[in-house]
Amino acid sequence: MEKFTTLTGIAAPLPAANIDTDKIIPARFLKTIKRTGLGVHLFDALRYLPDGRENPDFVLNKEPYRQARILIAYENFGCGSSREHAPWALLDFGIRAVIAPSFGDIFYNNCLKNGLLPVRLPKPRCEQLITDAQLGANARLTVDLERQVVISANGEAIPFEIDPFHKHMLLNGLDDIGLTLQHADKIARYEQMKQAEKPWLPPLHT
Amino acid sequence: MAENRPRTLYEKIWDDHVVERLPDGTCILYIDRHLVHEVTSPQAFEGLRLAGRKVRRPDATIAVADHNLPTTDRRGGITEEDSRIQVETLEQNVREFGIPYFPVLDVRQGIVHIVGPEQGISLPGMTIVCGDSHTSTHGAMGALAFGIGTSEVEHVLATQTLLQTPAKNMKVEVVGRLPIGVRAKDMILAIIGRIGTAGGTGYVIEYAGEAIRALDMAGRMTVCNMSIEAGARAGLIAPDETTFAYVKSRPFAPQGDDFERAVAYWRTLPSDPGAVYDKVVTLRAEEIAPMVTWGTNPEAVVPVTGSVPDPAAAEDAAVRAQMQRMLDYMGLKPGQRITEIPIDVVFIGSCTNSRIEDLRDAAQIARGRRVAEGVRALVVPGSGLVKKQAEEEGLDRIFREAGFEWREPGCSMCLGMNPDKLTPGQRCASTSNRNFEGRQGPGGRTHLVSPAMAAAAAIAGRFVDVREYL
Repeated sequence: MEKFTTLTGIAAPLPAANIDTDKIIPARFLKTIKRTGLGVHLFDALRYLPDGRENPDFVLNKEPYRQARILIAYENFGCGSSREHAPWALLDFGIRAVIAPSFGDIFYNNCLKNGLLPVRLPKPRCEQLITDAQLGANARLTVDLERQVVISANGEAIPFEIDPFHKHMLLNGLDDIGLTLQHADKIARYEQMKQAEKPWLPPLHT
Repeated sequence: MAENRPRTLYEKIWDDHVVERLPDGTCILYIDRHLVHEVTSPQAFEGLRLAGRKVRRPDATIAVADHNLPTTDRRGGITEEDSRIQVETLEQNVREFGIPYFPVLDVRQGIVHIVGPEQGISLPGMTIVCGDSHTSTHGAMGALAFGIGTSEVEHVLATQTLLQTPAKNMKVEVVGRLPIGVRAKDMILAIIGRIGTAGGTGYVIEYAGEAIRALDMAGRMTVCNMSIEAGARAGLIAPDETTFAYVKSRPFAPQGDDFERAVAYWRTLPSDPGAVYDKVVTLRAEEIAPMVTWGTNPEAVVPVTGSVPDPAAAEDAAVRAQMQRMLDYMGLKPGQRITEIPIDVVFIGSCTNSRIEDLRDAAQIARGRRVAEGVRALVVPGSGLVKKQAEEEGLDRIFREAGFEWREPGCSMCLGMNPDKLTPGQRCASTSNRNFEGRQGPGGRTHLVSPAMAAAAAIAGRFVDVREYL
């Protein structure tokens, strides 16, 4: 996973609640066996007109937001399907952080596994950042994970919470499978113990 | 954790599966069953290959293809190239890593969340995961079951564990008895209408109360299936005699004396008296009517006897704007009676509602009637075994004679990843779980309903109170 330390970039405002992962990337684009190349399908139904041309009214089709590295939205961002293609599509487009009052649980987790930082801020803060971002010239934000602050265009530092485990993993770009495998002996012991406790549990063989 | 403190069902299953608690509170949680399908697994297997890792417990893992499959005759293979590649990739991966697999033409093939319980793979007290948000379905067995992303699929394949922190406990209690003609689907839609699409975020929901206890396993699976539509990663129901009777003699369940020993353990799982929930929500079953969604998320739901709400009545400007956007997308007007909304397509299927009990419910309405002119109606059984059972009971004949299409098992029109899709503007009465914009195909308009309500809509050509057809 790519490290996340500090990010400064254009923030695109997406002032809507309940943006589900079907909207982030529709199911018909999940027929891939790769993680890459999904950015072109990000927000497909919002971003393109029925004839395939760009929708000039959609924020990511406008300057300076074409270069967006950060998204700001409202409640329950990333609800719905577990598809990790949603954070993959965001990353492939260039988005490294999403700021919202709340997130879908599975999406939140999927972001953390991919070096994409989901930042929870109170709704009024998100409204303020969205208003700033809509001005265009004020659309630049800094997200500092070490200090756990979002720094707005006028220099105000807005604190956010993240659990220490994921903060550590993100700051160091660590692979959590590697971390878990350091406990392989404990997993083996657990398996032996449960095999003795629940010998009736059959293995699966077709 | 205190040993003698009264615990919830969720806490008991959680405690039983903690391998190790890391200093910051993150737990290594053991996973008993891992279900794998073709869409969210290829990148996980690729990750294992790149790191030179093996699957730790192939004998706790099972694979089946469902999302991509056409629901017409599959003996000639899959025509769409990218769908075919995804299914072939799954088949190569299960061979390479030695994972049990139900092939496409095997009678046991079906939607992964139908197959797990049907085969006795999903059992009470287990932790069960799958790279699919509707894994919450298996919570009906009295298991902790939740959806995961592809990175976590890889983590489970490699380690048979996940790194997790405990969720909060919510109890949703449905007291009293459901009125005639009101089903589990109506109950869960009413629950989501009450708590909202994000009401369960951060929680595991335990469904309890007389109306839940009275449900058969199919109904319980329908309820748990849609937990994620309320934002909860998992929903579960305490195992009881209904559960044990369902599990008994299933191919992968413990047999004979082992079954009795298992039941003795499963009886210890229900929440202790005095167990503490962070939140309790109570609904009265008598007050629930057949439900129909009108908007583009599942909380936008009203009784079939009601009308499309008016955004002007909403106090919050953002809510007003969101409601208006939903109405524009859905092509509906405020105040329109639900029973005056005409439909083009009916889809009876999906991991929410494609079990034999669902098909019987729909067939009861379809029997001796005809699908309205101009309406296309599909019935898609959840598995090859459900299809076989339905055909033995003559349900396929009832549906065909009424003008419904009788299809092969798969996810079908739930999500527009296979040839079964809505075209732009088409309006569908669907027994699936998501009415998001474009979910059933770009521009498609989805209304979520129960199987009986869907069948009644097919006959009437518009939404109708199914109680008029009983």
